[in-house]
Amino acid sequence: MTPRVTLAIAARVLTQLRRDHRTLAMLLVLPCLLQALLWWVFKGSPLVFDRIGPALLAIFPFFVMFLVTSVTTLRERSSGTLERLFTMPMGRLDFLLGYALAFGAVAAVQASVAAGVAIGLLDLDIRGAAWLLVVVGVADAVLGTALGLFVSAFARTEFQAVQFLPAIVVPQILLCGLLVPRERLPQVLEFVADLLPLSYAVDAMEHLATSTRSGEVWRDVAVVAGFALVALALGAATLRRRTD
Amino acid sequence: MASDAVVTLEALRVVRSGKVVLDGLDLEIGPGVTGLLGPSGCGKSTLLRSMVGVQRTEAGTVTVLGVAAGSAAVRDRVGFQTQSSSVYDDLTVTENLRFFARVLGRPAGAVDRALDAVDLGSHRDDVVSRLSGGERSRVGLAVALLGDPELLVLDEPTVGLDPVLRRDLWALFHRIADAGTAVLVSSHVMDEAERCDHLLLMREGHILADGTPAAIKERAGAADIETAFLTLVESGGPA
Repeated sequence: MTPRVTLAIAARVLTQLRRDHRTLAMLLVLPCLLQALLWWVFKGSPLVFDRIGPALLAIFPFFVMFLVTSVTTLRERSSGTLERLFTMPMGRLDFLLGYALAFGAVAAVQASVAAGVAIGLLDLDIRGAAWLLVVVGVADAVLGTALGLFVSAFARTEFQAVQFLPAIVVPQILLCGLLVPRERLPQVLEFVADLLPLSYAVDAMEHLATSTRSGEVWRDVAVVAGFALVALALGAATLRRRTD
Repeated sequence: MASDAVVTLEALRVVRSGKVVLDGLDLEIGPGVTGLLGPSGCGKSTLLRSMVGVQRTEAGTVTVLGVAAGSAAVRDRVGFQTQSSSVYDDLTVTENLRFFARVLGRPAGAVDRALDAVDLGSHRDDVVSRLSGGERSRVGLAVALLGDPELLVLDEPTVGLDPVLRRDLWALFHRIADAGTAVLVSSHVMDEAERCDHLLLMREGHILADGTPAAIKERAGAADIETAFLTLVESGGPA
């Protein structure tokens, strides 16, 4: 691994995003709009929004970064640019960390905007420190990026890559506590939910919403980061310098 | 011959999805401009990919500039262009080159030199997706030139180009070779043969002939390389 190469890749990914105004707008504005929509849906029962609002802040970065990363890395594999990079002095970790850095930075902006809108405009009640919302958001986004990198190895087309969303992301959303608090899920599902990374991200956000203590938040962030590291390692295993 | 070999292949065997593409190939490539000519699907790309270390091989060794192909010690000394241009469509020409220059650890000046070499200076701020196919493949070539490589491996760089541009590119390949870089160019167009210092004729994973264009024609008793190729195929097996 070479810091020069890692940073070059991160900067290049950000340049590509900057040129793609539509994607950038989707990354930053869409989560806020969806949040506002849900707030509106539950206008008659504000307690519900207070309960699911924090969970949404955890879900968006994960969902969006998973999608964006799986498609971009697939493009990188199929256009030959990844192979070209492998003929150069680039290590696998440079590639993975470059992507994680770039999308982590975007996630920091995304999380700040989304948290700002939720707290400032939609009156979401957060007891903990607002900056911790951003930390959890970034950890969450890096997890999404790492999983996206990993699954891109199993898709041949962008069409297939998008199908991984309902396969890998949606079950986590259903089980993370958004619909029903996890402890009220059937026992088997509760057990499964405890094995899924998004549950911990949602936990962290809920702790932030209900308590000023940050110990539990950091513990959850550590779990999410652990999952992200495992996903990055799996992603590294799918990146082969030599292919058929 | 062995002393000045830039690339040495020994008993190289490559199997791709159950099909043997290269079966125990021995080959040496020296300095100058070497043309690898053969029909589509004969294994040219597989051979070139083996030399830059991105092809999974089953047996045999590939030595490039004295070390194993694709090893860290040689990756910044070899320039490679694939058949697709392998650059980022959504970035400008300069952004692409700057990125790859940073990966290679080359100064910004290398970008301008590479742009001039492929005559793309006037398109430097254009987004690659808006360029023509020929211009795009020249961006790919510029990336391959960035690192001032000692070996330049180009997979069909002149396909589909305007004849004037093709002539200019071949002149460029010779200038690069004269400056000391070994240049290996693949093509499925036989009339490009005369432009090479050295020729490798390839068919179905085997090298039919290995020599200067004049020597190959003489050996086959043919007036041009296309006829020589046919004669060699019909006489059966490598010459």
